[in-house]
Amino acid sequence: MVTKSLYQEVILDHNRKPRNYGKLDYASHHAVGHNPLCGDRLDITLQLENDQINNIAFEGESCAICKASASMMTAAVKGRSRLDAEILIHEFRELATGKLDIDHPHHLGRLTIFSGIRDLPTRVKCAILPWHTLQAALNSIDNASTENNDSAQAVSSKL
Amino acid sequence: MDSANISLKPEAFSDLDWEKIRADFPILKLKIDGKPLIYLDNAASSQMPQQVIDRLVRYQTTQHANINRAVHYLSEVATMEYHKARCRLQQFINAREDREIIFTSGTTDSINLVMHGYGRKFIKAGDEIILTTLEHHSNIVPWQMLANEKGAKIRVVPINDKGELEVDEYEKLFNERTKFVGLIHVSNALGTINPIKRMIDFAHQHGVPVLIDGAQAAPHIIVDVQALDCDFYAFSAHKLCGPTGVGILYGKAALLEAMQPFKGGGDMIASVSFEKTTYNTIPHKFEAGTPPIAAAIGFGAAIDYLMAIGIKSIAAYELALLDYATECLNEIPGVRIIGTAAEKTAVISFTIDGIHPHDIGTILNQDGIAVRTGHHCAQPVMQRFKVPATSRASFAFYNRKTEVDALIAGIKTVQKVFL
Repeated sequence: MVTKSLYQEVILDHNRKPRNYGKLDYASHHAVGHNPLCGDRLDITLQLENDQINNIAFEGESCAICKASASMMTAAVKGRSRLDAEILIHEFRELATGKLDIDHPHHLGRLTIFSGIRDLPTRVKCAILPWHTLQAALNSIDNASTENNDSAQAVSSKL
Repeated sequence: MDSANISLKPEAFSDLDWEKIRADFPILKLKIDGKPLIYLDNAASSQMPQQVIDRLVRYQTTQHANINRAVHYLSEVATMEYHKARCRLQQFINAREDREIIFTSGTTDSINLVMHGYGRKFIKAGDEIILTTLEHHSNIVPWQMLANEKGAKIRVVPINDKGELEVDEYEKLFNERTKFVGLIHVSNALGTINPIKRMIDFAHQHGVPVLIDGAQAAPHIIVDVQALDCDFYAFSAHKLCGPTGVGILYGKAALLEAMQPFKGGGDMIASVSFEKTTYNTIPHKFEAGTPPIAAAIGFGAAIDYLMAIGIKSIAAYELALLDYATECLNEIPGVRIIGTAAEKTAVISFTIDGIHPHDIGTILNQDGIAVRTGHHCAQPVMQRFKVPATSRASFAFYNRKTEVDALIAGIKTVQKVFL
């Protein structure tokens, strides 16, 4: 059953003890993600230097799926290059929407435990929100919404 | 009337055979991933009995044509059946005249009709509209749009910690600028039944008309618009075992006649030239275009069905379920019921410590249990209780006590998953 695998130990662990939880005092990039349909709200701060994510943190109010996705995302992109992060963002979106063939080479590693989300259309946005917000932060856009997929590209830089 | 075609008769249920009634609903036999469906989302939409499904099929297979137009046989039959449905609704809420019943696409459409037809004609800059914290977004947003357009002001009646309206505060809001009251009969988010009779009387002492949003009330409470003396009353068919896409607006004939039309088009006119259009009489003035004929006739059949069981019996049965579920939920540590009004319909909004409502909903779904999670289109209520969202179980007369037990077991499973 989809739900059982979705709420497996690793997701619940990240929900209970989220990694990189909080707000960076000195952030070069920042964005607030919002899912108006369910009220989830996520605040992402990161330090980008020479196109490398030296540090990243998140905080906010959200369901377990969203919180675990944010926690695992921050762990996955910390210390990685901007390009690596953008590849992961792309692959995670493809995974959550069922477009990624996980038998083909990819870079998601343990993040594939979110593959079951594709069978729960109403929860896909919960899993994607952190990634959407990270993309907005990298593009120096202050606000991201699950209801505007182009926001990461549409708004000009404010930072 | 169509009652001859409805197998249900009041005497057949003198012993209140609720299992037999439940058997009228084919969808309740569904299995969700092998588990029997436990449908506890009736406040969002109720299910349809076979009698109403059959009525829709009979209309579509033997009676369908456009109405109020042609002289041919089918058009006459369809026109007559549509009119009969209007009369059933008139009878259901005890309206004086059938022309006081306007078919709309649902409660939201009905409220928008009043906003455009009454509000835009009679409400002016500086006027005040009273709404309550319990309103569904559909009885907030249209009035905000009007207030923005006209420069009018919205005043809001607060609620107490139980989710009951503070009626004294309501009465204090009235002044010479008060021109309209929009009031929800039963809160969709909490189940609170509001003391609308007292509130309508008070508004009338100040010469202010009152619109009642009855979407959550009509399925569970006997509505008598003459006894209530409300000026407008709105509800949807799909919460009363009828089809989606249709609802009604009841309005006092004199008010409806004084109002301007909402939508323009065919059927709502008496005559049209490019110089001048003369509008039709009510209710046609407000029913532009081809209405949802099949859905309206299905609505009439749903009313037949519910009246045969009796709203009083339905309410009593559902309240027994509510009391039982409330008692069981109160015994689970970490579960908090939001909305504990003295007068409630069978709606329970709740939170579980440390667990987001969307996770609760997804895990309950694993056991075939359908509840609503979210803000229930009532964000001011959520803000009042300082929660982003709740889970909501809402019961209908076809639910069983054993389904309450399954919900309780499901909630315990949720808590175990997150332990």
